[in-house]
Amino acid sequence: MLRLPPFTYHTPKNAVDAVRIAKEYGREAMYVAGGTDLYPNMKRRHQTPAQVISLRDVPELHSMEVLEDGRLQIGAMVTLTTLEFYPHLKAHYAGFAHAVREISTPLLRNMGTIGGNLLLDTRCSYYDQSHEWRESIDFCMKSKADAICWVAPGSPRCWAVQSSDSVPIICAMEAEIELAGVDGMRTIKGDDLYQDDGIQYLTKKPEELLTKITLPAPGNWKASYLKLRRRDTYDFPVLGVGACLWFAADGTIEKANVRLGGAGSYAMPATKTEELLVGKKLTDELIAEAGAAAMKPARTMDNTDLDVYWRKKVAPIYVARALKACR
Amino acid sequence: MALENPNTVSPKDRDDAPWQHDKKKGELEHIGKPIRKVDARSKVSGLTQFADDLTMPRMLHMKLLRSTMAHAELAHIDTSKAAALPGVKGILTGKDMPTPFGILPVSQDEHALCPDHVRFVGDPIVAIAATEEETAWDACRLVEVDYRELRTIGSIQEAAANDEPRLHDYGVRGNVHRLENLEFGDLEDGFKRADHIREDTFWFEGNTHLPMEQHASLAHFDKDGKLTIWSSTQTPHYLHRALARVLHPLPANRIRVIATPNGGGFGGKSDPFNHEICAAKMSMLTGRPVKVALTREEVFWCHRGRHPVLMRSKIGVSKTGRITALDFHSFLDGGAYGSYGTASTFYTGALQTVTYAVENYHFRGARFFTNKAPCGPKRGHGTVQPRFAMEVQLDKVACDLNIDPAKLRLDNLAPRESVTANYLRIGSMGLAACIEKVVEGSGWNERRGKKEVTKEGRIRGLGIACSSYLSGAGLPIYWNGMPHSGVQLQLDRSGLCTVFCGSTDIGQGSDSVLGWIVGEVLGINPLDIKVVTADTDLTPVDLGSYSSRVTVMTGNAAMQAAERARDIVAKGVAKKLEIPAVRVVFAEGRVFDAEDPDTGMTFQEAVGVAEAQVGTIGTVGSYTPPKSAAKFRGGGVGPSPSYSYSATVVEVEVDPETGIYSVPKVWMAHDIGRALNAAVAMGQIEGSIYMGLGEAMMEEMAYRDRSHKGKRVFLHKIPSMLEYKSPSALEMPDCVTYVVEEPDKNGPFGAKEVGQGPLLPIMPAVANAVFDAVGVRVDENPISFEKVFAAIQAKNEGKDPRYGPAGDETGIPDVNFGESLKIKTPWQGGDGTAWNEPKRTKKAKK
Ligand SMILES: Cc1cc2nc3c(=O)[nH]c(=O)nc-3n(C[C@H](O)[C@H](O)[C@H](O)COP(=O)(O)OP(=O)(O)OC[C@H]3O[C@@H](n4cnc5c(N)ncnc54)[C@H](O)[C@@H]3O)c2cc1C
Ligand code: SF4
Repeated sequence: MLRLPPFTYHTPKNAVDAVRIAKEYGREAMYVAGGTDLYPNMKRRHQTPAQVISLRDVPELHSMEVLEDGRLQIGAMVTLTTLEFYPHLKAHYAGFAHAVREISTPLLRNMGTIGGNLLLDTRCSYYDQSHEWRESIDFCMKSKADAICWVAPGSPRCWAVQSSDSVPIICAMEAEIELAGVDGMRTIKGDDLYQDDGIQYLTKKPEELLTKITLPAPGNWKASYLKLRRRDTYDFPVLGVGACLWFAADGTIEKANVRLGGAGSYAMPATKTEELLVGKKLTDELIAEAGAAAMKPARTMDNTDLDVYWRKKVAPIYVARALKACR
Repeated sequence: MALENPNTVSPKDRDDAPWQHDKKKGELEHIGKPIRKVDARSKVSGLTQFADDLTMPRMLHMKLLRSTMAHAELAHIDTSKAAALPGVKGILTGKDMPTPFGILPVSQDEHALCPDHVRFVGDPIVAIAATEEETAWDACRLVEVDYRELRTIGSIQEAAANDEPRLHDYGVRGNVHRLENLEFGDLEDGFKRADHIREDTFWFEGNTHLPMEQHASLAHFDKDGKLTIWSSTQTPHYLHRALARVLHPLPANRIRVIATPNGGGFGGKSDPFNHEICAAKMSMLTGRPVKVALTREEVFWCHRGRHPVLMRSKIGVSKTGRITALDFHSFLDGGAYGSYGTASTFYTGALQTVTYAVENYHFRGARFFTNKAPCGPKRGHGTVQPRFAMEVQLDKVACDLNIDPAKLRLDNLAPRESVTANYLRIGSMGLAACIEKVVEGSGWNERRGKKEVTKEGRIRGLGIACSSYLSGAGLPIYWNGMPHSGVQLQLDRSGLCTVFCGSTDIGQGSDSVLGWIVGEVLGINPLDIKVVTADTDLTPVDLGSYSSRVTVMTGNAAMQAAERARDIVAKGVAKKLEIPAVRVVFAEGRVFDAEDPDTGMTFQEAVGVAEAQVGTIGTVGSYTPPKSAAKFRGGGVGPSPSYSYSATVVEVEVDPETGIYSVPKVWMAHDIGRALNAAVAMGQIEGSIYMGLGEAMMEEMAYRDRSHKGKRVFLHKIPSMLEYKSPSALEMPDCVTYVVEEPDKNGPFGAKEVGQGPLLPIMPAVANAVFDAVGVRVDENPISFEKVFAAIQAKNEGKDPRYGPAGDETGIPDVNFGESLKIKTPWQGGDGTAWNEPKRTKKAKK
């Protein structure tokens, strides 16, 4: 790894200025929150923004409050450590709190923010390498448009992997994302922030600023997150199951969202699993059946840690365990 | 048949043994006490200067441009654009340093920069120095290299099957670097007398050292024509020799190598490296100090780590489990260069006999060249892979015969004070005590085989394994008759005692060992002693910090120097006090009369008294290991002054659904002979457990092997700290450590090694514990989750509950080992020579 390349550092004092600077410099500019994803990427020369816009001094991004209707609104710049130790989160959003705790290490959670985590770049073991290593394979499509994808050489697209721990459960919970653009604010569902492409993995415009994440009010639902990785620290997920189930008073499942992280370029819905769950009670048999149905959508590729077939085979087991945790 | 070994001798009368050295003193003062290391406070407060912390005025920064091809000829190199970049001050290519070098005299096969042939992705081609590191890096990107691609040799199988293209024009043939074939005793008879025979095939994937400190060097060729290099090396003496060779005609006496404190080595800094030689040459070229600091990726390219080894082992045992015959094959993937590989090959066959008595033994070893980063010595050098095979196989034997695996081992122990089938001389041997400790501590007898289920649904298992390791190689790396370790000691009228020694502290505490031993002999506080080490201008030669040799070898040398100094001072004091010199005692910073302790003086005064009588006081000490019992060709690898022993029980908890497991607890007992400092010894033991678990559970030098449009891409899969998986503090289990002391007459105060031995049994113990838990065998290391899962699946489907390499021709390469060297065992009346060995012509000593 090299040292950081040179860049100009901007410190806007409000969201409007931040967006304005980003728009002004276009492709040359990038936001930085905690920098735990962006700076390593810059050191590997994946991204070399000449203009880096720090969000540290934008006060509205640092807030966290419980809204009148019971929803929890979290500013994008709230650090993962702050979230981890926020009692309200543990009490009412145990699954999400668990996901946050599973991110990386205490040191990185001290710096890393929830906004940055939601926008984390996709990962691939042919891509997250030093410049010299990538020279040796003649690069790949994610860093050089005319190069091939080494994971699927015949493929016209990049299959880099969605690797954020918060994304699957945020999507499953149907949290809302607030974006600030040149034309003002808009709010979208978590799922709608992402798309199935390893390069263009976000739907938002480059200058759009993620300002707030709003979690649903506590109620008749329960969410869980289960992460597969080799070591219980540092490691990115090679599979992250985010599940959220809405229950009727008698325990019948009214709605089910199951998202698979680490198994594709976005948090993929396990549609068949969801269908099987709705209208039934969460019995052991149903869990086993619904879990098994997740084998197919788990689109593991040979570009993360751990064996590709094994990951596919344990996906149903992890889905079943995540569902069990929703009881 | 009971093993009758005529070489077994009753333990020597130990009264005159070194650990008893000064009986007048009674209790030892410092030895065995948990005193802090002499450099501890600088280390923990961050003040220690590592190589990368050094700077000099006008210093240049150097970067290496490395091959992007796994195997190619260099058709053309154009550095003109790089030279034109402002800030660039010097460029070197292969033609500037045409002399090859290498750690072993038999494999001088490396170049500081490849002149015309690159052998792995990462092989260096051009060195560029500039005023800024980034400039040097940018300049490297401007160099144009024309490669002519050669077919890549990616594995043992490919190397065995393809003689062309050759990586090197030396070796046995094609890409076979070494072939060894040694037969001790009568195998046929051994197997005939066996009641049970089994054959197993094992695979041990390569892994690397992963020291926290990345290699760095600073070289300065001064205006007086003298070269100094500060470098993170474990072997300043060997670097000195390599520099003198490549930089010829610069004479060796104008080269000064200073080994900076190593931030971890583990064998990864034991070779002379291309970047070190380039920095020196670059400083000569530019007339300015030149610094090179490797990136983490480059440390992976330096490698010299664990060889991937394929092993085939056939064992014959009696009904009661006594080993009658062992037929062992190893196939080593050496990577691109020789490095220590010749020794590594022999080591895969050397130490099996030191733990358990093997009546008849046949070893065949082959090492191959492949287009990977070169393999070499990593903690446990070459003995780790066969130890894995042997300990797992013994577990299977125990299972076949329905014998407790711990008992099977106890029944087979090699006797202390004996000579093995392959002529290794065992001194003290505390393995029985080690096994007993871990069996008792872990509750082995009650808990093994119980398949307890945790509340998370994981199944518990216990596994046992043992090992042995050398306390230093009996022979030096290059043939010579000089001592392996030298110490100079200087006493000053201020009371200062300075110890000069070429040894290198790589964090293991070798500087402290010198202080403790000299402090004990002279009766002064070890922390008051000045220790000067690892500087070829100032310190006498020590061969280096490898092969667990330092405590025994420098320790003995230091002891000799200190005893000589003590004698000089004692004589002076005796004269002054008018008592016989034998009555003079050195303790608690005083020198006094044993019969009247109040009569005496401080150590400082005593030195003054002696200095007034005899002049300036300086002494020397040196150490050469005892002569080996082995006289056959190849018998030079394995002999050691003494052998340490370890036994471990590992507990695992396996998730039977996924194959994921954890290691909550490890019991480890290690026979260290005598712990000079139990706290520091336990640090080494626990460090070994940690490193061993990394190897067992996850670490591997995996390669990406892809082809696209006729071009083969073959390189290290992920050379980074994040993705080369190594355990974190979270994976570190609870450790129960037992220090077993069975003093050895060849060690200072009876000490043996501890730095490497305790790593060895961890991997097989994990495999055996997994078997105890879920009834499947993983005959491959690392024992990763996927493999446990695959074996469990095979079991569930009614197939062979095993994961591992095939034992037939699909797995084992077809290699003709030629005729074996035949050596009669000691109990057959052998004398250590091979009866069919052609007479060797005596080579002149250098
Ligand atoms: C060793 C290591 C291990 C890791 N392990 C994990 C892990 O296990 N799980 C995991 O999920 N992550 C992991 N990470 C990634 C990272 O640390 C976290 O995802 C972290 O939350 C990122 O937040 P940040 O604030 O540091 O993001 P930054 O690096 O500052 O930003 C990330 C990206 O988001 C953009 N961005 C940030 N904030 C905004 C905003 N408000 N509006 C618009 N764009 C924005 C940036 O431009 C950048 O592209 C790991 C990182 C490292 C280095
Ligand atoms: S998936 Fe393909 S294109 Fe995308 S980063 Fe990996 S190798 Fe490159």
